[in-house]
Amino acid sequence: MAKVTIDGKTIEVPEGTTILNAARMIGGEIVPPAMCYYTKLETSGGYCRTCIVKVSKGSEKDPRPMPKPVPSCRQTIMDGMVVENITSPEILEARAGVVEFLLINHPLDCPICDQAGECSLQDLGYEHGKMKTRYEFKRREFEKIDIGDKIKLHMTRCILCYRCVKVAEQLTPGRVHGVVNRGDVAEISTYIQHAVDNEMSGNMIDVCPVGALTDKTFRFKSRVWFTKPVDAHRKCDTCSGKVRLWYKGEEALRVTARKDKYGEVEEWICNECRFDHKKTSDWTIEGPSHIDHHSVISANHYETGNALAALKHDIAKQQKQLEGNDMKLKEGAMNPNNQ
Amino acid sequence: MGKQLLINDLDKDGIATLAGYKTHGGYTALEKALKMKPEEVVEEVKKSGLRGRGGAGFPTGMKWSFIAKPPGVPRYLVCNADESEPGTFKDRYLMQRKPHILVEGMIISSFALGANTSYIYIRGEMMFQYHILEKAIQEAYDAGLLGKNILGSGYDLDLYVHCGAGAYICGEETGLIESLEGKRGNPRIKPPFPAIKGAWGCPTVVNNVETLAAVVPIINMTGDEYAKIGIGKSTGTKLISASGHINKPGVYEIELGVPVEEFIYSDKYCGGIRNGKKLKAVVAGGSSVPILPTELILKTAKGEPRLMSYESLSDGGFVTGTMMGSGGFIAMDEDTSIVKNLWNFTRFYHHESCGQCSPCREGTGWMEKILHKFIEGHAETKDIDLLWDIQGKIEGKTICPLGEAAAWPVAAAIRHFRPEFEEYVKKGRSMIDVKHYYRINNLQPA
Repeated sequence: MAKVTIDGKTIEVPEGTTILNAARMIGGEIVPPAMCYYTKLETSGGYCRTCIVKVSKGSEKDPRPMPKPVPSCRQTIMDGMVVENITSPEILEARAGVVEFLLINHPLDCPICDQAGECSLQDLGYEHGKMKTRYEFKRREFEKIDIGDKIKLHMTRCILCYRCVKVAEQLTPGRVHGVVNRGDVAEISTYIQHAVDNEMSGNMIDVCPVGALTDKTFRFKSRVWFTKPVDAHRKCDTCSGKVRLWYKGEEALRVTARKDKYGEVEEWICNECRFDHKKTSDWTIEGPSHIDHHSVISANHYETGNALAALKHDIAKQQKQLEGNDMKLKEGAMNPNNQ
Repeated sequence: MGKQLLINDLDKDGIATLAGYKTHGGYTALEKALKMKPEEVVEEVKKSGLRGRGGAGFPTGMKWSFIAKPPGVPRYLVCNADESEPGTFKDRYLMQRKPHILVEGMIISSFALGANTSYIYIRGEMMFQYHILEKAIQEAYDAGLLGKNILGSGYDLDLYVHCGAGAYICGEETGLIESLEGKRGNPRIKPPFPAIKGAWGCPTVVNNVETLAAVVPIINMTGDEYAKIGIGKSTGTKLISASGHINKPGVYEIELGVPVEEFIYSDKYCGGIRNGKKLKAVVAGGSSVPILPTELILKTAKGEPRLMSYESLSDGGFVTGTMMGSGGFIAMDEDTSIVKNLWNFTRFYHHESCGQCSPCREGTGWMEKILHKFIEGHAETKDIDLLWDIQGKIEGKTICPLGEAAAWPVAAAIRHFRPEFEEYVKKGRSMIDVKHYYRINNLQPA
């Protein structure tokens, strides 16, 4: 066991735990946001840099601070480590920078994007972003492609988190898609003429933090906040069969895996469950889903009272933050000798 | 000229061949090293104070002693010949003219590290040098200098040359290892460092060409003697690729500690600024190190003369200093536009960013577009501040040092040459260099 202090809160965790997971054990506001890290996918994380934190004391043995911000999703804790997240103004500034970088080439087509309402980038931008953009150039664009008959790839929205690549590597027998090209024209793509076609590929849709990979059987059917999540299960030979159905009226519009409060799926599901069973009679209904993750999807239907109050509280907090937040830099930041 | 250890005998006949190299004292260091214990070789390199010649300047002996030695696990030595830093061309020169010094250095270093398989990762564009190395390695195999039981010592080594596909990012050690393994050259997240988990998960040491070549004279003359050359902690000799507006561009081997002023103006080295112009600025160690104006490159902020050594060049931190880097010395005369030069550097980093982590992927492109605005004559004062802000948000927030390499030149140019940026803003479109404009936009003059 090792002791770690994050933003003044101390917890004892097993050796080898990452800072992010230790923060999740503490919970609350101090949990750094994560766009590319996914607990269930090995070697994920470290790319998006939204979860960076400051280590102000390395460990009990070697108390020197770490010279640069570290990605909390990949840095394991040492005994006696002291971490600053929301208490460090530099980290908040750096994180705002990362959010800005992620958004400069994002099309911001949320009004027509199927992911809107359950999009990690929306939440991130809402919590850490700024009101206006300073980017004044043409945004990067790609053609939409069909990868297989069930999944649509809309590369323009992608933030290159590599999660779908890891899903293909770790869940399916052979990866047929990956990242091609480099720099800001790097894109997710399949090998020439290949379709992503295997029974677990649908999980790529669930892990995608943005609307780059969408379910073709659900595209443009409904905004997610008009659908009601219901937990259900069926007997399935390939996967656990534990899913979440999204109802609009009497009709189940889509099937997804169940996600926890950090937006990560609890158990992978197969394509048969996801795409081919959309009748209520196919499923044993367990009851309404409980959604911890506070977003518009939890503001509807079953838990209106609490969730709506939480949302209102959030909006008030945001408005307070945004007041006077007119993209002004810190005083002296412009002085070249003041680095 | 001071002592030369690496390129002293390039004018000798057939130095690129095994026979010629041997007549001029080649492979004596190998014979000597094979009679020593591997730890003694490491100790010799430690005593010599040799520092990595690729850019970071980390002590080589110390790097070697960090390598993990779990039983039953192979260890690897990888030579980083992916020299792609703009302004640096020393390794290519050395490999082309004297390939056997690298082969000999690799055998000695592999012996010291206990590696039985070693690789030279060469940049894809250097096909010519690739064939030269292949030939040299074949010669060494035929002479029993590589393969099984080298010179009867019982030590086995296989040496391979691996050709990259030409990506700057594959010069970063973990990116290089990924590429060597046959994957996309994305740098890994450290820790674990390659000395613990490198190529194929085994302990690996990655060293620059010049570093490995320098092991040969170190063994020949002993580490203590080598440490006497140079100044302070910057021991030995260093290859400097001098380019830009100087009379005699080329690769020079200097004893570390030569004053920068002497290096630029002496006829032994660069021979002064061409056409009798004045020096405006110097990039002292390859495009990623901060640019310095004349008054700061010739003298430190304290008024002492600046020397060509790791310590003296970095005197004053990044506010008034720079870095030794890989030794890509670019001198610019008074007619040079720092803004245009910076745009060109930034364009390079934009093109070479691997796209793995967000600040570098998006930030480098953004900076390039803003600098392009300056060149096209419609930048505003706020763009200078924006550039300053963006570089600060890239620096130190990325997985590998490419982010810093892209941010430092921008920071330094604004820090030392802000009035020039302001001039571009003020004069607007009248600053457009028409020829340059046509070239960068792929247009044909009417």
